[in-house]
Amino acid sequence: MSGVLDTLGAVALVAGALLSLAAGIGVLRFPDVLDRMHAATKPQVLGVLFLLLGLALRLRTPADLGMIALVGIFQLVTAPVAAQMIGRAAYRSGRVDRELLDVDELAEREPPGAGR
Amino acid sequence: MTATARPGRYGRRRDQLVALGWLVLVWNLLWGRFSVGNLVGGVLVGGAVLLFFPLPPVSFAGRLRPRALLVLAGTFVVELVSASAHVAAIAVRPGYRPRGAIIGVRLRVRTDLNLALTAELISLVPGTLILEVDRDAGILYVHVLDVRGPADLTGSRDRILAVEERIVRAVGSEAEQRQLTGGAP
Repeated sequence: MSGVLDTLGAVALVAGALLSLAAGIGVLRFPDVLDRMHAATKPQVLGVLFLLLGLALRLRTPADLGMIALVGIFQLVTAPVAAQMIGRAAYRSGRVDRELLDVDELAEREPPGAGR
Repeated sequence: MTATARPGRYGRRRDQLVALGWLVLVWNLLWGRFSVGNLVGGVLVGGAVLLFFPLPPVSFAGRLRPRALLVLAGTFVVELVSASAHVAAIAVRPGYRPRGAIIGVRLRVRTDLNLALTAELISLVPGTLILEVDRDAGILYVHVLDVRGPADLTGSRDRILAVEERIVRAVGSEAEQRQLTGGAP
């Protein structure tokens, strides 16, 4: 039983590491800030969750499980907020490559709300 | 049950008590075990946090529906995995420059809680990232990654509204559910 759990934990750890690697490559390679934020949220969050799952499967003590659950929850809650703050700051300061955008409905709205 | 009562003084107290309960739980988890000392410490620290860092009241008027919650959680996991695979695949594909777009999506239910939950989940599901929130109008401005044509934009719009719908089905009040099906609020 514990052998099975250890194996599953190892698989989860490797999967999490690979996803984090892909997220890193994405942050490095994507052309502008907004695209990079995509890489910094989805694969990164899932990567961390897989790493935590792997840890949980290997540690298996209640105190560690509680801490791991907290880390996972805070990761899920904070990553989108951080990405939104960075994305919004980038957009407002004009660091967005408009060549890459097909549509920009926020620009159409911007004049009335620009003063805020 | 409390769906009809607008949050007055009593509702505010109740919200704060619920928040305190969560903070005490987090405090105990951080210490790694439940004990009388940790409970007392949690109440003190949680009380101080609520007293010195008050949040704007976000009242929960709906109720939890276990089955809809399961659907929400299950779909979320599936979408998080497929989103991650999608972004990871774009990231490692050589010489590919993804095109993006920014679209505004008007939500049907305009409560703060629904806006916040939808915004959180959207950032983690395929191809979309919150950029700006127009709280008064209930519009989320979303950046979409890897757009290949107008069809992708319609698809993203539908997906965002579907996320909203699943959230309201899981935690919304009766009135919010009616807004969902009835169109205009």
